[in-house]
Amino acid sequence: MREVHVKEITEAVAKLCQEANYFLGEDVVKALQKGLQEEPSPVGKDVFRQLLENARLARDEEVPLCQDTGTAVLFIDLGQEVLLTGGDFNEAVNEGVRQGYLRGFLRSSIVSDPLERVNTKDNTPAVIHLRLIPGDKIKITMAPKGGGSENMSAVRMLTPAQGVKGLTDFVVETVSGAGANPCPPVVVGVGLGGNFEKVAFLAKKALLRPLGEPHPQAFYADLEKELLERINRSGIGPQGFGGRFTALAVHLETAPCHIAGMPAAVNLNCHAARHAQRVL
Amino acid sequence: MEAKRIRAPLTDSDVKKLQAGDTVLVSGVIYTARDSAHKRLVERLAKGETLPVDLTGQILYYVGPAPAKPGQAIGSAGPTTSGRMDPYTPALLEYGVKAVIGKGSRSPEVRKAFQDFQGVYLAATGGAGALLAKKILAAEIVAYPELGPEAIRRLTVEDFPVTVINDIYGKDLYEEGRKNYVIY
Repeated sequence: MREVHVKEITEAVAKLCQEANYFLGEDVVKALQKGLQEEPSPVGKDVFRQLLENARLARDEEVPLCQDTGTAVLFIDLGQEVLLTGGDFNEAVNEGVRQGYLRGFLRSSIVSDPLERVNTKDNTPAVIHLRLIPGDKIKITMAPKGGGSENMSAVRMLTPAQGVKGLTDFVVETVSGAGANPCPPVVVGVGLGGNFEKVAFLAKKALLRPLGEPHPQAFYADLEKELLERINRSGIGPQGFGGRFTALAVHLETAPCHIAGMPAAVNLNCHAARHAQRVL
Repeated sequence: MEAKRIRAPLTDSDVKKLQAGDTVLVSGVIYTARDSAHKRLVERLAKGETLPVDLTGQILYYVGPAPAKPGQAIGSAGPTTSGRMDPYTPALLEYGVKAVIGKGSRSPEVRKAFQDFQGVYLAATGGAGALLAKKILAAEIVAYPELGPEAIRRLTVEDFPVTVINDIYGKDLYEEGRKNYVIY
């Protein structure tokens, strides 16, 4: 067993909260530059110009790309040969979020109760997806998720007979119905299979993949391409002002599922597919 | 396209000049308000009470800014989704608010209210919070400090870039723009 003090987790999470919110990935910057070159709409082009300038400012001045610094979503792969010492794992993660958000001048966007709606003032608690894996390492991925695009996301329990058409119609309808709300150009995470709760997780996980990297299976890679083309025929365009770039990428993740079902989920993200990772 | 310039607070004649699709640079004083502040403001109006700040002729900006770093007037400050304010907007337009800044589409009721009460809906670029914060020269909390990011702030802005979505003539840029680029 390798011993790891939980304060190392706290420190890593605190840093990742800031990195993810300040630094837009090069993959996204490249996609925005492509949009700037290829978008035919003049107002659409101007949106790409603003987003690129925004990313540059955020990076240079170490300020958040967006005021919505998100729900802190943490994917943690914990090696089963790691022995955590020195305290409560969940509390260590939340302490990292607390320190990262308060010291990093990131917005506190969490209310303690969905109906009472009192702000917790430190952006805790985080949403933690913990997975046990072989080995003695801890891989931490922080993916802050904004509320505007999250609100436009959807789960639908499709049936096997609905097949590919059922899936593509659902994805295109969801993006099209969202219009300008999720801050297009969007990144579209699609989950397919699993069960009710698993499919939503898959859709979120799909957002972590670098933009432009296709699904490893050719069939799904083609389906991602087809979905992107159909979405970009909608005319919504950057910020919904009209144009050809409604989405920058569609990422699909699948899992085995029950003989009776074909669950599908669409998790929308604005252009800022924010994530940062560290291995302890 | 040449940007139009407006200075807040606005008059009816300022609003009449704005048309869906116009690029506009806003200068002057504007006020922030999002979900919780809207609820409180409209509850006060329903009871016939005065508002904590006079918003007649003013522009409301739907934003919950990030905290300011030392040396900054305000942290990142881009627009939030406007549709959540739909239940409250007609009452505020009737009261005298002249323009609102946000992003995303409005309900048919709100679009009608922009015509009925001579108001406009402006969109700022969602996701450009760091850039938009540069156009905000000063910020101070003027009501509901306990709401944190949702408190009402008075902002002094200079050349704050927006696009007109809904004008007083019933046009909607989201619909028009989409029609121009949709491929069936």
